[in-house]
Amino acid sequence: MAELNTGDGGGKKGGGKVRSKKSNPGVDLTAMVDLAFLLITFFILTTTLSKPQSMNLALPDTPDVNDPIPPETPAWRTLTIVLGSGDKVLWYSGRTDGPPLDGPVVTTYGKAGIRDLILSKKKGVDDRNKSTGRDLEKEGITVILKPSEKSNYKNFVDILDEMAITGVKKYATVDITPADIKFLETNNIY
Amino acid sequence: MAKLKMSKKSTKVDMTAMCDMAFLLLSFFIMTATAKVPEALPVETPASTVQTKLPDENLGTLSIAKGKVFYGVSGREIRVETLKRMGEKYGVAFTDDEQKKFSLIDGFGVDMRQMKQLIAMKNEDRMKDGTQPGIPFDSINNQLKDWIQISRNVTKDLDNKDLDIAIKGDSKEEYPTVKKVLDILQKQNKNNFFLVTGLRSDDF
Repeated sequence: MAELNTGDGGGKKGGGKVRSKKSNPGVDLTAMVDLAFLLITFFILTTTLSKPQSMNLALPDTPDVNDPIPPETPAWRTLTIVLGSGDKVLWYSGRTDGPPLDGPVVTTYGKAGIRDLILSKKKGVDDRNKSTGRDLEKEGITVILKPSEKSNYKNFVDILDEMAITGVKKYATVDITPADIKFLETNNIY
Repeated sequence: MAKLKMSKKSTKVDMTAMCDMAFLLLSFFIMTATAKVPEALPVETPASTVQTKLPDENLGTLSIAKGKVFYGVSGREIRVETLKRMGEKYGVAFTDDEQKKFSLIDGFGVDMRQMKQLIAMKNEDRMKDGTQPGIPFDSINNQLKDWIQISRNVTKDLDNKDLDIAIKGDSKEEYPTVKKVLDILQKQNKNNFFLVTGLRSDDF
């Protein structure tokens, strides 16, 4: 296919004649094929990867003020994470109108910081539920996220991502309260 | 003794057909690849480990960066109808030509009163940084709310679907701006949306 017809096979003509050596003028296409496949791979990957990724965010319905029985969660099952400035977070368990059950403690995002804490808290709640025979799904840990005004959008996505990584099913984004701001101020991350 | 003759065959494989096919595929992929569309508001999205693909159609995108909010809807018919209804609401009439031009704009960020000038602009000028000041979304002049509400209504009327909303926020955007946008959505009972993110591993 890729060789030129050099005109041989026309029968013997005058045997013994000095003939120039027949060189095969075929072109080696291997390199060209290599290159083509390289480009194909590149285009396949870029077309599928350029589609932006996204994460789902479901916010709670705007609460009905006239709801006679607002939903309640026992303090030991909650974990509140307040997003402060300078890529720092602060967490505590329980309420703010007395000393919290645990914390408040300042930590960072990611593997070294908040992730281990969420995992251990989640395990603690799950263990306690297991020993009392409660439903792990329905009464698992509830994480309350409170982004402060000093946090940025990246922090918000980071903490939501952390929820996805640790597999926390129940989490809610809630407005920050003055008590939380006070915690942030005393820890110098506001 | 007859010598055992090995047939001397060339070990070369004919690459022509393979080459043809490779280039055929290559041209196919180049042609189907969509070029990156320039954005009116450059946004650097944060990364996440969650890999949900963003839908292509039936999507309204809110870009948030530098305190500005831009909005864009996919689907030309929806764009035109949204513009018409917004025009009625704010007392601006658009000609057929303007509507047609508007249907080609992916995202915009101007006050309704400057919409005519924006449509009249050339594409390059429109994309220049700082040309578009963002859609007003404060409590006195909340045009963003109307844009979202009307585009959702239009999608409902035309396609009988609820418009998906994607939020494309810049990493460094301060949370209060994002919060305002989330509040606008929540007030319309739109509690479920997509956050556009990049990709990373969970090792961070």
